[in-house]
Amino acid sequence: MIEFDHVGHSFGERRVLEDITCTLTESRIGIIGANGSGKSTLARMINGLVHPDEGTVLVDGLDPARQGRQVRQRVSFIFSDPDAQIVMPTVGEDIAFSLRRRSLNAEETRERTNAVLELVGLDGYVDHPAHLLSSGQKQLLALATVLVTEPSILVCDEPTTLLDLRNTREIAELLQALPQQIILVTHDLDLISDYDRVLVIDQGRIVADGAGAESCGFYRDLLGVP
Amino acid sequence: MISVYQPGSSLVHRTPAGLKLLALLGFTTALLIWRSPITVGIGTLVVLIGFAFAGFGIRTLIASVWPLRWIVLVLVPFQWWLGGWRSAVAIVGTLILAVAAAALVSLTTRMTDLLDVLDRVLAPLRFIRVDPERISLLIALSIRVVPVMVDLMHDVRDARRARGTERSLRALATPMVVRTVGYSQRLGDALVARGLDD
Repeated sequence: MIEFDHVGHSFGERRVLEDITCTLTESRIGIIGANGSGKSTLARMINGLVHPDEGTVLVDGLDPARQGRQVRQRVSFIFSDPDAQIVMPTVGEDIAFSLRRRSLNAEETRERTNAVLELVGLDGYVDHPAHLLSSGQKQLLALATVLVTEPSILVCDEPTTLLDLRNTREIAELLQALPQQIILVTHDLDLISDYDRVLVIDQGRIVADGAGAESCGFYRDLLGVP
Repeated sequence: MISVYQPGSSLVHRTPAGLKLLALLGFTTALLIWRSPITVGIGTLVVLIGFAFAGFGIRTLIASVWPLRWIVLVLVPFQWWLGGWRSAVAIVGTLILAVAAAALVSLTTRMTDLLDVLDRVLAPLRFIRVDPERISLLIALSIRVVPVMVDLMHDVRDARRARGTERSLRALATPMVVRTVGYSQRLGDALVARGLDD
């Protein structure tokens, strides 16, 4: 469960979030809003990448600002640019790198790496150089590197922005099939139209909060886009 | 000069990472102590056998030392002039063989295995509050950013060409700096998000 209680935040003079209060318990949650509306800042607060200036954020009762390590063991994060998320030279090594602090032996690491590669459809790429993957494959690898740690919550900040239609569909289907709670920040309304709950952020405030189709309709009206 | 692991099942691949690093240390130390054309000859034989045992051809060997070509072109005449042909062969040969041997280790050893060895070797540093895993992470990142920077450079060069400013140094340097800083910030966020900085 993720709780925002009167959360506010500024970057210098610019106010990006204003009095956000909500409790997120649903399995599939979308966050939409125009560029600069504050949606990414809101998402980043969930695993402690940004700390609120005002109010509190709690993830399963833990404060990401003070208990970051415990929170990040529960919450994983996917960015729009997978290149920034890949650390090791080969696919298998990058996934194994996520498990370095889990005290697993080589066999367990190999088993979990192979299992997650199969899950994201990259089986056969274990020794492939990570930087030679396509953009879609890199995003799948980024997803694999966080899924291997078995988080209970997955926050995705515009994970399909750099992808073509086919890869976007692939990522969407994969996310939909995962057992984790998913918080998806996106501009692609098709991805979240059937989500349990979608928050619309405008100028740092939640201006709509409802089921996917309802919130997407509100957002289209807000932007004046049919 | 940084070679990416090439999977295989050869004896060299199966040799433990720690042993390979120790052999590399011994090999380069021997080259430096008994620096002579004869040592370079023996070293060349050892490297050739090592590459052959690992299942790599002469192309891989040449590719692993190819980035040294400009240094070699400068060093050979300079050393020849300074100390004669023996000195030129010994010094330049030692450099090439050391790089080739290091390449053989990285071609046959997973980065994670190398970092595990490094973690064990640096473990005593914990007593002076140095985290060996941070050093491992630093090394992994240093290797990782090379292809990223090359891609960035290609993008910036293309953008410069598209704007008709091929000769402008500013049109190259400014976006490179801006994009490198941006990449560093995104990478930092990603490391924190992956829990690798906790």
